[in-house]
Amino acid sequence: MSNPAITPELVAKHGLSPEEYEKVLSILGREPSFEELGVFSVMWSEHCSYKNSRPELRKFPTTGPSVLVKAGEENAGVIDIGDGWAVAFKIESHNHPSAVEPFQGAATGVGGIIRDIFTMGARPVFLMDSLRFGSIEGGSEQAKTNRRLFAGVVAGIAHYGNCIGLPTIAGEVYFDESYSGNPLVNAFCLGILRHEQIARGAAEGIGNPVFYVGAETGRDGLAGAAFASRELTEESKADRPAVQVGDPFREKLLLEACLELLATDAVAGIQDMGAAGLTCSTCETASRGGTGVEIDIQLVPQRAKGQTPYEVLLSESQERMLVIVKKGREDVVKRIFEKWDLPYAEIGKVTDDGMMRVRNGNDVVVNVPARSLADDGPLYSREAAPFIPPAPLDLSSVPQADPETALPKLLSHPSIASKRWVWRQYDHMVRTGTAVLPGSDAAVFIVREANKILAAATDCNAIYCKLDPSVGARIAVAECARNLACSGAVPIGVTDNLNFGNPHKPENFYQLRAAVEGISEGCRAFNVPVTGGNVSLYNESPAGAIDPTPTISMVGTIADITHITTQSFKEAGDQIYLLGEVGSELGASHYLLAIHGRKEGAPPALDFDKEIPIHNALLGVIRKGLVRSAHDCSEGGLAVAIAESTFGNALGASIDLGATDQRPDVLLFNETQGRIIISVKPSDASALENELSTSGVPFRKIGEVTGKADLLIMTGADVYNWKVASLNETFERAIPSLMES
Amino acid sequence: MKVAVIQFPGSNCDTDCQAAVDSFPGIQSEIVWHKETSLAGYDAVVLPGGFSYGDYLRCGSIARFSPIMAAVRAAADSGVLVLGICNGFQILCEAGLLPGTLLRNNGLLFRCERLHLRVESNNSPFTSVLHQGQVLDIPIAHGEGNYFADAETLKALHANSQILVRYCDASGNVSSEANPNGSLENIAGICSHGRNVFGLMPHPERVCDPLLGGTDGRGIFQSMLEAVAKAKVK
Repeated sequence: MSNPAITPELVAKHGLSPEEYEKVLSILGREPSFEELGVFSVMWSEHCSYKNSRPELRKFPTTGPSVLVKAGEENAGVIDIGDGWAVAFKIESHNHPSAVEPFQGAATGVGGIIRDIFTMGARPVFLMDSLRFGSIEGGSEQAKTNRRLFAGVVAGIAHYGNCIGLPTIAGEVYFDESYSGNPLVNAFCLGILRHEQIARGAAEGIGNPVFYVGAETGRDGLAGAAFASRELTEESKADRPAVQVGDPFREKLLLEACLELLATDAVAGIQDMGAAGLTCSTCETASRGGTGVEIDIQLVPQRAKGQTPYEVLLSESQERMLVIVKKGREDVVKRIFEKWDLPYAEIGKVTDDGMMRVRNGNDVVVNVPARSLADDGPLYSREAAPFIPPAPLDLSSVPQADPETALPKLLSHPSIASKRWVWRQYDHMVRTGTAVLPGSDAAVFIVREANKILAAATDCNAIYCKLDPSVGARIAVAECARNLACSGAVPIGVTDNLNFGNPHKPENFYQLRAAVEGISEGCRAFNVPVTGGNVSLYNESPAGAIDPTPTISMVGTIADITHITTQSFKEAGDQIYLLGEVGSELGASHYLLAIHGRKEGAPPALDFDKEIPIHNALLGVIRKGLVRSAHDCSEGGLAVAIAESTFGNALGASIDLGATDQRPDVLLFNETQGRIIISVKPSDASALENELSTSGVPFRKIGEVTGKADLLIMTGADVYNWKVASLNETFERAIPSLMES
Repeated sequence: MKVAVIQFPGSNCDTDCQAAVDSFPGIQSEIVWHKETSLAGYDAVVLPGGFSYGDYLRCGSIARFSPIMAAVRAAADSGVLVLGICNGFQILCEAGLLPGTLLRNNGLLFRCERLHLRVESNNSPFTSVLHQGQVLDIPIAHGEGNYFADAETLKALHANSQILVRYCDASGNVSSEANPNGSLENIAGICSHGRNVFGLMPHPERVCDPLLGGTDGRGIFQSMLEAVAKAKVK
């Protein structure tokens, strides 16, 4: 089959602008081959090159004494956790594939992020996911589609994670119209390794053989990276061939074989084939090693006969790795991959000329400087629209809802309701380390071999980000840290997934820039590095861009088993305290959204000088053994947080907020930041008060855990009363009843 | 006591089982690769959970052809204790070492959760330290755990008291509400006619450490340890 002629139309179809094509011509000094055009197209796509976001990403704090591998250096960052142990973790999106094929799109998103972690030499130990869909309520066609996408994505994550044997221990799921037609699927993986096990994705050692290991290359996922760098349209369904098909069984074998191989000293470099497959892994390893790589397409294990070099180079078939082997140690690869019954082939060698050269037998089809693809792509600073601050909420325009009906309504809003329907489909206990099951503020995982306790949380309130991206991003960081503190953990690092619309639109680019600045500010305040992450732009459906969603995942460590804390009240008689202010900020709240259908107002303020002392005070009393439960106030405010605290052990609570001139809806459902509900044994109450007084943070006793069936909240003369069992039923049944309808 | 934990391609609870077993003083465990052909010298064999061969076909239907399975069968025939957990149970059924089969969960979704089991018989080397009617808190994690057998097989299971554990509620009531997957008569685990082969869908290895929320799985391993010790004295 002969290749098509290179025409302006073909160049445009490859997503390269005329200016970018001029740059290709000047790099090569000639017209590119068809294969080279494809290679430039995927490597210079936003997905691989971050050409629109890289100047912004440089604002992140990425260094620190515990950083062993920095953001952007390798497939994932690596952080020291002491005693010679380290963690590698990262979050990555698979939004576009999941929009057109939810099951495989989500499954391969999980597979991809797992490979990023074991490529670093780390053994993956757990997963998290941050998911967003359009509304799943009601009988509209759109709601049915959203339910189908939600069910498919959850099943796809379960399929891959359960089969490979990694527990999915935490996550978040939100439902909002802005994600109709463009769901977000962000998958996180964390792995553990010894410092000396860190593997590098560099093609080192001139003359070293280059091995291809893992699944055969097929025609699936052709140019997926380029597909992910476009807006979704009505015609996107025709892009289904750009979605890969996952085989978690193959990946399990590949994972075990690679870790076995990396435990030998036979490997000079290793890189997974993710976005842009063979193309990306060859030019990136060469660029990192300051070398060249030459491969022969005809030696690549292939699933079907008759695939063209273009297809083999741009395929995103899953479960494949590129391994640079030390010359003379080829037998080690052979022994291990034969044991695991996995395909492997020596497909080329490391060269000294800095070129990515691809042969098809005797013909050279690609001959391009590797650096020009991996590191010298175009960079753009897009135009950012000026920020228009949201109008403050006019409270007089908000009718007062009756708290007794509003609370169950909030608890049954799918974004707030129990996500048991989701995490019950995930094996969240395999690898026997899950000390706090999903459903609490943060998941806690004990890594037995390292004798370390890790906590992880993922958060982003996109309503806040929509109304004020900078404040929203800062809150996302603070809420993650707050969730970790509630579990007894101190943060050690952040990975972020920046999900935004088309960056050519100035308002979208403003959102990206403001969110990056907000995240940076938050990470500096908590003194944690950003260790890597992912940027997903062009998240638009025909109805417009998604709400900006800078998902934050934060990892922390817990010093001692006794510090592990959960959100549920433990025993009748325990005293309940509120750390932080009662608050009054109703703007951008879920109360406004769920009860009044309004997404407006200014999000709550976030002041790190108030927030951080609260976290420190909480950690202080947790370490002294004074805290029986801790739960932060987030969507739905104080009333939702207290209700959630009663569910775990089916206890009642009697709360007295005292006389106030605030409206009851404002009092109970405002989303002022920096608030934590804790419970303590009566005999420890005075010690707790002494400690908190010394720390100087605002706190007050608000009530008591009871053995009764009621949740009572008193505000002066008003008394609100709910049955805990009925609230819990509402909370638990909301999503299953929608999905079974 | 020496325990072999078989590692099939796709096993993913192998190291969990090993950690659980090794937490008992006096037990040594070893991972045995499925291409091995001998189990000589082992006092007990564990077939762990996971997705052998991806379970793309019927669960366990390919693993039963693994080279090690001839040795597992020989061990079972000679009276060695064989414990199959989750995928291990499915493999034992496919191999014919246990009667019946595991169908897809009646809810069609994978289910991972803590639930309760009632000990139906302590007359087995796997349940001897437990008492009849005892309620255990042990999690499940499977998509195909819906036990089924024909009427004749079921009759034989009853006649020989081969049903060792059933799904129940927290108070020990065996009810359809407490059945997570549609299993016939809430069956969660059965033993062989010779009582030395036991398969169950729940994961006792996940509740052997108080830090992970319970120790109700320990009784099964403790029973095995005592049975092997007793056999050695004889």
